[in-house]
Amino acid sequence: MKEIDYLAPSSLGEAYAALSNGKTSAFLAGGTDIIVQLREGRKQVDQLIDVKHIPELISYAWTGDGGLEIGASVPFAEIYEDDEIVRRLPAVIDCATLVGGIQIQSRACFGGNIGNSGPAADTVPALIALGATLTLGSADGTRDLPLEDFFTGPGQNVLGPGELIIKVNIPPQPANSGSFFHRFIPRNEMDIAVVNVGARIDLDADGERIEGARISVGAVAPTPLYVAAAGDALAGETPTEDTFARAADIAAEAATPITDMRGSIAQRVHLTRVLTYRALNRALERAREA
Amino acid sequence: MTTTEKPDYKVIGTRPIRPDGVEKVTGKALYGADIHLPDLVHGAVLRSPHAHARIVSIDTSAAEAMPGVLAVVTHNDLPVVSNKMMDMGEGISTASDMSKNVMAADKALYRGHAIAGVAATNVHDALTAIEAIKVEYEVLPPVLNVQDAMREDAPLLDESRHTKTPAGELSDNASNVAAHNRFEGGDLEAAYAEADIVVEREFDTKMVHQGYIEPHNGTANWNSDGTLTVWTSTQGAFAVRSALSELLQLPVSRVRVIPMEIGGGFGGKIGLYLEPVAALLSRKCGRPVQLTMDRTDVFQATGPTSGGHMKGKLAVKDGKITAAEVSLAFEAGAFPGSPVMAGAMCMLSPYEVENFKVDAYDVVVNKPKVAAYRAPGAPNAAFCVEQLIDEVARETGTDPLQFRLNNSASEGSRMITGVAHPRIGHEETVEAAASSDHYQSPIEGPNRGRGVASGFWFNAGMQSSVIASVNPDGTVNLIEGSTDIGGTRASLAMQLAETLGIEYDSIRPTVADTDAVGHNDVTGGSRTTYASGQAVYEAGLDVQQQLVARAAQLWECEAEDIEYADGGLRHTSDSEKSMTFAEIAGKQMETGGPIQGRGTVMARTPGAAYGVHVVDVEVDPDTGKVDILRYTIAQDVGTAVHPAYVEGQMQGGVVQGIGWALNEEYYYGEDGRMENASFLDYRMPTSLDLPMIDTIIVEVPNPGHPFGVRGVGEVPIVPPLAAIANAVHDATGHRFTELPISPRQVVEELHNLQ
Repeated sequence: MKEIDYLAPSSLGEAYAALSNGKTSAFLAGGTDIIVQLREGRKQVDQLIDVKHIPELISYAWTGDGGLEIGASVPFAEIYEDDEIVRRLPAVIDCATLVGGIQIQSRACFGGNIGNSGPAADTVPALIALGATLTLGSADGTRDLPLEDFFTGPGQNVLGPGELIIKVNIPPQPANSGSFFHRFIPRNEMDIAVVNVGARIDLDADGERIEGARISVGAVAPTPLYVAAAGDALAGETPTEDTFARAADIAAEAATPITDMRGSIAQRVHLTRVLTYRALNRALERAREA
Repeated sequence: MTTTEKPDYKVIGTRPIRPDGVEKVTGKALYGADIHLPDLVHGAVLRSPHAHARIVSIDTSAAEAMPGVLAVVTHNDLPVVSNKMMDMGEGISTASDMSKNVMAADKALYRGHAIAGVAATNVHDALTAIEAIKVEYEVLPPVLNVQDAMREDAPLLDESRHTKTPAGELSDNASNVAAHNRFEGGDLEAAYAEADIVVEREFDTKMVHQGYIEPHNGTANWNSDGTLTVWTSTQGAFAVRSALSELLQLPVSRVRVIPMEIGGGFGGKIGLYLEPVAALLSRKCGRPVQLTMDRTDVFQATGPTSGGHMKGKLAVKDGKITAAEVSLAFEAGAFPGSPVMAGAMCMLSPYEVENFKVDAYDVVVNKPKVAAYRAPGAPNAAFCVEQLIDEVARETGTDPLQFRLNNSASEGSRMITGVAHPRIGHEETVEAAASSDHYQSPIEGPNRGRGVASGFWFNAGMQSSVIASVNPDGTVNLIEGSTDIGGTRASLAMQLAETLGIEYDSIRPTVADTDAVGHNDVTGGSRTTYASGQAVYEAGLDVQQQLVARAAQLWECEAEDIEYADGGLRHTSDSEKSMTFAEIAGKQMETGGPIQGRGTVMARTPGAAYGVHVVDVEVDPDTGKVDILRYTIAQDVGTAVHPAYVEGQMQGGVVQGIGWALNEEYYYGEDGRMENASFLDYRMPTSLDLPMIDTIIVEVPNPGHPFGVRGVGEVPIVPPLAAIANAVHDATGHRFTELPISPRQVVEELHNLQ
């Protein structure tokens, strides 16, 4: 690894200034991806901008209407140790407890996982299923966008020069809804998803009929996918093996994976179906418990 | 269980704390990269981006002119060396091939092949400088597996290489097959004609890496007087010394190798990679130079073990194996020297087989030169043979352990080499596995299955030297030269304590450098506790003899009148006269000066090891994931000197075998690039992927060792690949003949995916 500058802005203003000093930059939040990429020569930049000293990025809070806003640099461990989040948003915990291992989770954060923009990012399908949006900021102001619109390709996203991720916004969840995040890895820990799936099911007041559903699949396309058609197919249906299998088929049809060291095309399409079906069942259980 | 009355040992069989334990758990132990010398500079190595390419030219001038750069070396800086065979202990290579592997000569033969080295005032400058070295390559098509390499029209790694045939001649045509060996006996065709059952299958395995935590490193200081000192992480300081002497054309006595603590080796830290480059850089710049690898370098450029292709055929008549025909072709990597012969000689050794034909092909491919890995060659070969055994046992309706017992080799039966087995413990080990709580418990539930397999490893003997210095307070310093990768400081100190009849804590063992102790072959071949243990025993007897002479002097009697027993001396006819070890140790000065015991051996009776494994798995039919539910290993260890470390070796071998069976593989792109050269995507098992590995120590003492020791470290990796494949077959009805039995392979097979 070659020599590199390190900056640690303590406000958004300082961060924006650092981003416009003419050097190539990467953000250092938990550092669990970027340090490895720099060391292995997969990425080369002039400077690292540490975003763990900016107040907006290192705090999280519930909104008045029951949503949750998580600063981009808040470590996963801080989130999953919060009992209220554990109770109210279990799918967030599903993914936060799966990224890397315990040491990684003490440093790594949503902003980093999203900003790294890997197609297999473990937090993304869960957050898309929950309907999350991102707040991006630059010297010109802030903008919000749905998480599924953030990614443009492997390692690529819509962040402009001078722009950074400030926070993730999880909207209030409907009553009688349940969500689940599920991934498949060959080992039981310390691995990258072959396929991962986030699913949310919203039941009607009686808990008999599905009012709506959101399904997101990762690692099967250049970006994480929000498969709206799979969720739409469930709207108005009763939750049965058949309806879930149909939604799983739609999700699998949306998958356009590659063959690489982590899995084959056939395996990934197959797993998309299996995991979607399993995730829907677990989301349903949670919706009924809700 | 133990087969004979064990002598009443005082120290052997106990579980004391290892002498190097506190330093290691407190982080104070010094590993290779911990060496900081005055004026030390760091370096970097330029590596080939191509799997197969002719090197047209190398221009180092721009790099040499860069700020901070002190020296640049290429293959041209290495002396020309002969084709002399270099026996490194586990694995043989020619000096010329070793030299070309250290830095590529006319061709780069694998991606990651070292091309040049740079020393600079700091590592950042060195890394910048290697990018300024201009190499012109003529890229050639790579050969990436044995089948492709053996085709007549295959691109040749070396146009001058011809196959050494079973007759000992060279083939007419140049070939990527470096050697073809054959073992034959009996009458195969007659056996097939009479057989009740004949099974035949083909098997494929991939390259896998030893996966030690500590990357390779080498620090060298070439003094202006022409002496060379090297600090390195190695399994064999003396092997490094002799190889450096040969490669750099220096007298052996001018090379001093200081073995640092070693963060895992498993066979992979015997060869040389960085040490000669650091030495040449140091000679050029006049300062000590340190080189280290990162994990990508370790995967791409250091010792995996072979993958390969195998074809096996077994015939059975009346429940007995009557014929075995096996063809093994193993990848050697860029230079000859795969462990195919070891695999060939091991795979049938648990059994009596009268009619056989075994062909072994050593095949070069554009991948890193293989290094030894824990029972090199035997696990792959057992993957083939032990699955065929499972299949014929099923077809005959015999319990697979009973089938193995019915066909077991025992003392006097001949291996395919013609050599008769001495006292061995395969039968006892099968019986121990069969009577285990595990095997006696039923396996229930859907998608679950049980598999078993046997494994054999020769174990090695070879040379060891030790010195035992008696201190005036009755303690003893044990100077040995076997680097400690598996608790051998403890196991050797225990054997000296047992020999002398004194406390384990009275012995302080130290692993010395090559200037400070006589020759010791590598810590490999599971030889150290056995062979260095024998040297320690000899040294203990030497000390005893000298103490008796001193006592004879004090008591004014004949040495024959004195007996050494229970950690002291006594006069055989005068009960008034006795001395403890500490008492006589305290009288060294007045009786003639310091007492030093010496032990040197060329050990030739290692005593082979057998292991029998039982494993239960559960297969998720929808995802293809195999979970290991329960695992029991029974192994004949001769005598367990330190049972905790014996169990650790057994468990460690099994865990590496589980990784090999289920997920580990070198995953190559068509361009010959290993795409998973990191611990993230080269999937070794984590603690969460494993159950407790239950161990059953079987003790059939080795008659060739004073305490009955057999090597224990290697055989535990031999059966797991086959045992797990047999268990997955039991669970799914599908026989997996290709490794790894990864979720991808399982789900594709079970669901017929394309």
